[in-house]
Amino acid sequence: MTSAILNALQTINTAAQLRWEELTTGDRPWIRVGAALCGKAAGCDAVLEAINSALQQHDVQAHVSEVGCLGLCFAEPLMDVQWPNGPRVFYPNVTPELAEQIVASHIMLRSPNTALAMGYLGDSGPDGIPDLGKHPMKAKENRIALRHAGNIDPGDIYQYIANGGYQALGKALSEMTPAGTLEEVKQSGLRGRGGAAFPAAVKWGFLASSNAPDKYILCNCEEGDPGAFNDKGILESDPHTVVEGIILAGYATGANHGYIFVRHGHEGPIDRVNTAVKEAYELGLLGKQILESEYTFDLEVALTGDSYVSGEETALMEAIEGKRAMPRFRPPFPAQVGVFGQPTNINNVKTMAYVPEIVVNGGQWFSNIGHDTSTGTAILCLSGSLKYTGMVEVPMGLNMNEVLFDVAGGVPGGKRLKLIQTGGPLGGVLSAEAADLVLDFDVFRAAGAILGSGGLIAANEDTCVVDLTRVLIAFCQYESCGKCFPCRMGMSHLLEVLERICHLEGTSDDLSLMRSIGENMQAGSLCGHGQLGFNPVSSALRFFSSEFDAHIIERRCPTGACPSIYFSPQLTRR
Amino acid sequence: MDGQKQRILDAIQNQTQPTVTTLSSLLAVEDAIGYIPKEAVEEVAALTHTTINDVWAVVSFYPNFRTGPPCDHQVEVCWGPSCHLMGAMPIIAAVLETVKMAGEGDTSDGKVSIRYNTCLGACAQAPVMSIDHQLMGKISPEAASLNVTNLLSQPEQ
Repeated sequence: MTSAILNALQTINTAAQLRWEELTTGDRPWIRVGAALCGKAAGCDAVLEAINSALQQHDVQAHVSEVGCLGLCFAEPLMDVQWPNGPRVFYPNVTPELAEQIVASHIMLRSPNTALAMGYLGDSGPDGIPDLGKHPMKAKENRIALRHAGNIDPGDIYQYIANGGYQALGKALSEMTPAGTLEEVKQSGLRGRGGAAFPAAVKWGFLASSNAPDKYILCNCEEGDPGAFNDKGILESDPHTVVEGIILAGYATGANHGYIFVRHGHEGPIDRVNTAVKEAYELGLLGKQILESEYTFDLEVALTGDSYVSGEETALMEAIEGKRAMPRFRPPFPAQVGVFGQPTNINNVKTMAYVPEIVVNGGQWFSNIGHDTSTGTAILCLSGSLKYTGMVEVPMGLNMNEVLFDVAGGVPGGKRLKLIQTGGPLGGVLSAEAADLVLDFDVFRAAGAILGSGGLIAANEDTCVVDLTRVLIAFCQYESCGKCFPCRMGMSHLLEVLERICHLEGTSDDLSLMRSIGENMQAGSLCGHGQLGFNPVSSALRFFSSEFDAHIIERRCPTGACPSIYFSPQLTRR
Repeated sequence: MDGQKQRILDAIQNQTQPTVTTLSSLLAVEDAIGYIPKEAVEEVAALTHTTINDVWAVVSFYPNFRTGPPCDHQVEVCWGPSCHLMGAMPIIAAVLETVKMAGEGDTSDGKVSIRYNTCLGACAQAPVMSIDHQLMGKISPEAASLNVTNLLSQPEQ
């Protein structure tokens, strides 16, 4: 059995090696362009078109790949050129015109365009071009889940395999038992990256202990949190690391069915994960008798409509079954009765993305990275008023001030940082002073915030807290699924009160009114949406109550922003 | 059988994923014809062995489903917190002024539909809008208005 698995693995490894040599040796340069959502939004399609037409015009051959997100979203469209055995030289904020210039110099003359380059990655670089590894956004990184993001073509399974992909699966199937695989994850201390930070191995253990014949593994990439794009980022940059992680989770728990759950409309991540699943089936890495072993696992991509609550674990199961995404009562818990009535385990994309490296390097290796019981890394999405916006993977335990002022380069325009918003809209806000925390699930929780899924939005001194709170509550109100009335009506009521305060027409009992609404929501809602839905208001009041008082009592907005023009959706699910 | 009904049936029946549900069938119809007409609800109910009421329950839950024919072009402007902080409201205002509307909806000539989106997924490029699912980041109110003006001046489809 073991030799059959190793032979099967060897066959695909050889094919992958050939593919990688074709790309990295020989006489053709390799051009990679960031084409994740950030690249698309910055205009990478026009850049790709310009590159291809310039190559055609010069009648020169090159490999051109659309890769995922290297993390430097602020520099998108980002392209890089690599000649065989040379460094990768990166060009930021490329326009079609600049792309033509880069082709003319770096491809035609084989001479890096020093004036346009931002840095190189490799052993040594051309004169006058800095080491991109020393860039503030890269210097503190430790990439595990994002190890291939921006480096390989997510649409080519052989590039993943040539860089160590599916070796964890081969190792688990050939030399580890399911219980041994689960033990490795337990050793790693891996905690769920979806928001609740529950130990992954404990959750897997619930499913493993069930003897039901049909068990399910779900991978959640709903990611409706505004300000978070790392799940989609991983899925479109390196979908195979997620696919491999899910198969390993299935093997460890004895499950044979899996779903990756993505919101309809995000074509980039959906197309790429669909391609990845198809490729994995073609190479015998999914389906019956994976890699000639006895293990069978089927995986498919399930889409949901626009619904934030469909990211909640039981609502997600309803959506996979094709229904309205509304949470179920618990108990029974998903490990007993989950999707289609069968025992089910659900993890976030990031959680799954760590698993292959944990299996290859051992749980001990992972647990040595990080801070206390928050092992491993944090994958942060930096947006808002920051110099460097994008996606970084830094070790847990890093100080937030280092994240905000070193990694993200601080607040541009000489402005002061006023607050940060983490963990999605339900996570609420932290004042700049209170944000002096280390990255750690429990430290954040103790400070009244949520590290959660990794969204980190920074706001500068010009931001009116009341106005921002209104936007957060407007989001929560729009996205309430409507099942529990304390949430459905409470959110609407909160929004009504906040609208009034923003119009400088608040009344003296508005704050106590909001508090009592919040208490009802917390006590009377089935899922986190209603239970945590008052967080934006309570956290804002905790740090910035004087700003609310100014609006209500003095009828003025300290930042001068209110009353501002404001639009919000007319459509709700009420 | 008219062309529309055939397209609905094709969309429902040609789903390639193993798990076919009410929701997956509705998404397939929406991808094919841009909205969920009454016939589609009936066909999906028949295919998934459920009732018209149950299918409507799903259609009415997810705001991405339209029940009327789509406009020629779809404009979405993100109003999530990242985009809000980076100036989404002036962009929505500029877009609405360009189409002479007070809020989201369709222009009377059926050329452009305006929708607010809670997150288009490119927060690091805030503020973001999309036209016919093509994302555009770091957009200014002037550029947003110009993009929409260009759509309005295109000949009818």
